[in-house]
Amino acid sequence: MQSNSFMNADAVESLVDEMAGKLWSLMNERGIQAPLLVGIRTGGVWLAEMLHQELGLEEPLGTLDISFYRDDFTRIGMNPEVHPSDLPIPVDDRHIVLIDDVLHTGRTMRAALNEIFDYGRPASVILACLVERRGRELPIQPDVVALHKEMKPGEHITLTGPEPLGLVIGTDSNRESRNGESGAET
Amino acid sequence: MSRGPSLQLNGTGRLRHFLTIDGLNRELLTEILDTAEGFAGVSERTVKKVPLCRGKIVANLFFENSTRTRTTFELAGKRLSADVLNLNITASSTSKGETLLDTLRNLEAMHVDMFVVRHAVSGAAHFIARHAAPGVGVINAGDGRHAHPTQAILDMFTIRRHKGEFTGLRVAIVGDILHSRVARSQILALNTLGVSEVRVIAPRTLLPVEARSLGVHIYHDMDEGIRDVDVVIMLRLQKERMQGAMLPSEHEYYRLFGLTEARLAAADSEAIVMHPGPINRGVEMASEVADGSRSVILQQVSYGIAVRMAVISIIIGTQNQQGQDNKG
Repeated sequence: MQSNSFMNADAVESLVDEMAGKLWSLMNERGIQAPLLVGIRTGGVWLAEMLHQELGLEEPLGTLDISFYRDDFTRIGMNPEVHPSDLPIPVDDRHIVLIDDVLHTGRTMRAALNEIFDYGRPASVILACLVERRGRELPIQPDVVALHKEMKPGEHITLTGPEPLGLVIGTDSNRESRNGESGAET
Repeated sequence: MSRGPSLQLNGTGRLRHFLTIDGLNRELLTEILDTAEGFAGVSERTVKKVPLCRGKIVANLFFENSTRTRTTFELAGKRLSADVLNLNITASSTSKGETLLDTLRNLEAMHVDMFVVRHAVSGAAHFIARHAAPGVGVINAGDGRHAHPTQAILDMFTIRRHKGEFTGLRVAIVGDILHSRVARSQILALNTLGVSEVRVIAPRTLLPVEARSLGVHIYHDMDEGIRDVDVVIMLRLQKERMQGAMLPSEHEYYRLFGLTEARLAAADSEAIVMHPGPINRGVEMASEVADGSRSVILQQVSYGIAVRMAVISIIIGTQNQQGQDNKG
């Protein structure tokens, strides 16, 4: 039953700066202009807002709540805290940057990709995440990562926020419903 | 024998059937409204479907005619990717002498995951919920004069969408309270969600004796009752359920309780007008009000799909989870 602070707000913000820099280079390299940034609830949305500002993008920001696309619905039932997804501009032929806090199993990304394609057919999708850890269960890899973290089995890493941002590391026993955290790390 | 409130919740307080608003707390009602808000956007996308209930079978058991409710339940099921069966029972098994339980067992043998039940007899959905196999959820789509909980939730959803929150609102429900399962459910939901006042405006002959115990203010004068309200909910005059001379005439009813622009002027200047449909134009309300700028009657129909998606998916989720726990 432990949850320890791993990084404070300043450290997280410098990771976000690093994400912004890497994302900027990748977009330049691929000739991507006017992308739609899409944050995955909840931590991904906080990060998307920061990146949106740092990159000075004019297009509005999108948010995804992947509750209706989860592959564990039949095991865990409906998430009692669903929020509407919102992609404010058409995704058809648009480059999309999908943003999440922690990439672990890849299942959240699978759900997010499925949801995006129900809005239309994007030109491309880039995956940017703050933290990447081992344990992928699906063939999904990030394009932009600020931190690769080695974790012990049973440990999890979570972005807390939005004010102040922080990264905490905890163990399996205290994963259930903590407020102010970004949710399941998957 | 389990009664409604305990029958519809599982051991951890999750919704496993949806039979009545009675016994559901504000958190649960708010959770349904929030989930519906998540589904509302699905109707505006290229693909108006989510994969949540893929492989599930929802059977609409309608023992009584309905167009709006049945159609929105059907669309809700389909937008959740469930397979939807529409059974018009009056025209099939029961007319051949098969009992209700036999019909149920047969459908369960086809691995139906949910029954959506509309019946003229109060308590019919409860009866089916008590006898349904484990893992099968039941939704009450209207039983006799008792309850129509999904209609009440979609009305609450409409009010929240247009008014923001429930606190401080004055809501008037006008018309045939006596025969209305919708009114009972609405009153329970409005009080649970904490509006500041629920008014009931009706002729004495169309008001049940127990009305006062429901926590409402009763008016027999339309002009007085409608003053300063934020929401006006008009009820359909259930002509087919009227027996004997409860009303002098439709014309007389309209003169006394019909909603006209002139009458509506006494309500708050931003008041919205609702009606569960189908409208009897010129009986409950003037066409100019039904089609006017304050009417949200057609929005109610659209919201009905999102609300029914929320209820179906929450229940299927709970029933699945329960199945897992039993296996575990």
